[in-house]
Amino acid sequence: MSDALPIEVTSPTPLLELRGISKEFPGVKALDDVSFAVYPGEVHMLLGENGAGKSSLMKVLCGAYRADAGEFYHKGEKVAISSTADAQKLGIAVIFQEFSLVPYLDIAQNIFLGREPKGRIPGTIDRRKILADAKRVLDTIGFDIDPSTTVDKLGVAQQQMVEIAKAISQNARILVMDEPTAALSDRETELLFALIARLKADGVSIVYISHRMAEVFALGDRITVLRDGRRIDGVRPADVTPDQLVRMMVGRNVDMTYPRNFADKPGEVLLEVKGLSASTGISDINIEVRRGEIVGLCGLVGSGRSEVARAIFGADPVTSGEIIFDGKSISGEPDLAARRGIALIPESRKSEGLALLRSVSDNLVVSALRKLFPSGLFDKRSAQRTSDGLIRQLRIATPSARQTVGLLSGGNQQKVVIGKWLAAGSKLFIFDEPTRGIDIGAKSEIFALIDRLVAEGAAALMISSEQVEICHVCDRAYVMCEGRIAGHLTRSELTEENIVRLGMHHA
Amino acid sequence: MTDITKGAIAPPRSFLSQDAVQLFYRLLAALLICAVLAVLSDSFLSLGNILNVLRQASLTFFIASGLTLVVLTAGLDLSVGANVALSACIAGTVIHKTGSPALGILTGLACGGIVGLLNGIMVTALRIPSFIATYGMLWVLNGLTYWYMAGETLHGFPAGFRQIGSGYLFGLPIPVYLLLVFLGIGTMFAQRTIWGQEIYAIGANPVAARLSGIPVARRLLLVYAVSGTMAGLASIIFLSRLNSAEADIGESLTLPAIAAVLIGGTSLFGGVGTVFGTFIGALILTLVLNGMNLLSVSANWQPLVTGVIVILAVWLDMKTRRRAQ
Repeated sequence: MSDALPIEVTSPTPLLELRGISKEFPGVKALDDVSFAVYPGEVHMLLGENGAGKSSLMKVLCGAYRADAGEFYHKGEKVAISSTADAQKLGIAVIFQEFSLVPYLDIAQNIFLGREPKGRIPGTIDRRKILADAKRVLDTIGFDIDPSTTVDKLGVAQQQMVEIAKAISQNARILVMDEPTAALSDRETELLFALIARLKADGVSIVYISHRMAEVFALGDRITVLRDGRRIDGVRPADVTPDQLVRMMVGRNVDMTYPRNFADKPGEVLLEVKGLSASTGISDINIEVRRGEIVGLCGLVGSGRSEVARAIFGADPVTSGEIIFDGKSISGEPDLAARRGIALIPESRKSEGLALLRSVSDNLVVSALRKLFPSGLFDKRSAQRTSDGLIRQLRIATPSARQTVGLLSGGNQQKVVIGKWLAAGSKLFIFDEPTRGIDIGAKSEIFALIDRLVAEGAAALMISSEQVEICHVCDRAYVMCEGRIAGHLTRSELTEENIVRLGMHHA
Repeated sequence: MTDITKGAIAPPRSFLSQDAVQLFYRLLAALLICAVLAVLSDSFLSLGNILNVLRQASLTFFIASGLTLVVLTAGLDLSVGANVALSACIAGTVIHKTGSPALGILTGLACGGIVGLLNGIMVTALRIPSFIATYGMLWVLNGLTYWYMAGETLHGFPAGFRQIGSGYLFGLPIPVYLLLVFLGIGTMFAQRTIWGQEIYAIGANPVAARLSGIPVARRLLLVYAVSGTMAGLASIIFLSRLNSAEADIGESLTLPAIAAVLIGGTSLFGGVGTVFGTFIGALILTLVLNGMNLLSVSANWQPLVTGVIVILAVWLDMKTRRRAQ
């Protein structure tokens, strides 16, 4: 695209400019000659697949990493960012995905942590002043809450607000946000967008990392695309289409509509759940999944979707109801469910899906040990051969099957979690947020994979918070609300509006 | 995407697994200690002394090998020493009462195994952290043994039975053969069976292991039972070698066994380590203590030196691992 031409800008000098930034780690060039400018009062979208260099760039920007080469300019003047203190002085603040709040302190204490106003007695805090100051900061971002509330009582969205308030109280002029909507509900997202608009109006610049195309176009003033540690292009949202952006990110054509042949005549019933209740807060769940189908399970975060998945898999104890799999009533621990042919791809692949410090091969064969080695004798070579086959089949980007799985990118880790169930020969795949934190290229590969699985006679139950994905991928869907099934949508009824309508609380 | 993967991320030393690298360093350290001792002491390289080192290392190894499996699952078994004492006293009584060494051996192994199983039940069914469950078990076993023995000492066992701990076969002490056999079995079990693989998986991430379909509770039961049975085995060797048993024989056994596991490179956080490493750990520990004896260093220094070696070994491990990441 317009690589050589400078983009027209609203203000002549950028608030902050990075020129020719490079950062190398042993064996990987994380950033390679990346230039990047932020202008006052703009939302600058940073796009790229996992491993493209977004996080590294962000860490260079906030002083957590020292660039190996490159220069920084603040309002046209050359500056150095070699520590987080330098970045803070320049007004750069980062809102990470994992918050850095102290849960047992209140909001005011968190906002002014380490900068508390001193009380009259040495060593004490001026309680009245800290609360008043906090209230003022919270007011500027339009967050109406008592600043003496302890942080552990807050939801994710509210904690994020506190993080933003903290940044603003430090006079941040550049706010870097790493996938800020990843854990937010639709309503909370709207509130965040309103806040971003407000900050922009005050001249605060925002560097926004996102995997969601809709956000990029709704919020972005400019877009910088990174790939393999290089800056691919800088564009304005009006000048590109989503498909073009995706092509820039992945360097090849990716179809975002995830085409699949919907099951006209689904096969026999593989899973039937009757009146299932569990102590985790779900009750009277009735679900049916047939061979050849991808069935969606949607609803708001916290509506009990994951709990249904875990109950079917035997991970949580069932209090009443029946689970019929392949014609037989089943119960028991996950090992029994797995042996019968049920697979769970859990929500959090790092904490629930993978042994991060073990190798790709170890993780790929862990669920198939009994099937691959019926004698009970394990053979490392044979395990590695099986893994090599899966690595090729799933296009897992890893130097070898011996690579530590924790070093792979999110998308490739997810493929390993799916791969272990392919090795096990599972018949029913329960996916819990299979595309969370995964870049678009890997997403469409994962959907193609699920499509292939069901085409070959398996069945899939898919939980997702991305309603677009459910609508594009699923044959039909159940919508949950407050621990119960609120409704069922057939292929023709499956629209985002219907999902939202059924999933909303009516209390 | 694909062009990054072509060799660019290939870690250094990708041909050797991390475990192999750690083992290599340990063997090197053991050889180095041997070389230094050979220079400093004339008697170190005598056949008698080397066999003595191996025989001493074997007792620590029997206890530590089972313990290694427990530690691989990120657990700990503090009751092994007390288990050896109780098993030895019960086995000794059975031999005295029935005159049958075979029956005594079986009782000793069974006693150790049952204690291990009880530990396993506390850890799995009652969900008590292994550190606390086995710590409590340590006291319970001590109490039982002291009550059972009531200050008595068992002494004098049939000559055939005593061969196990002090006999020779083709010039080598019988415990050394047993050491080799159990080193082989332990390594096979950990590396070459699916149960071994599952144990590593449980140690690396118990939640993921369960959700991957591994019967975590059953494997943990197995691991604690094996640890207990190995303590039972150690009790037989002990009984047969010393030709006597008292209530307090276990007190000096647990901490050296844990030291051997740690020096051997098994991580207390689970998922990392080998039985062979523990063998080398036991060997290093014994070599150093043997060397200090030969050089007439006061025995009072032995605990201090052991502590320093443990800290050094773990620290070096952490350093090399961090570099490899």
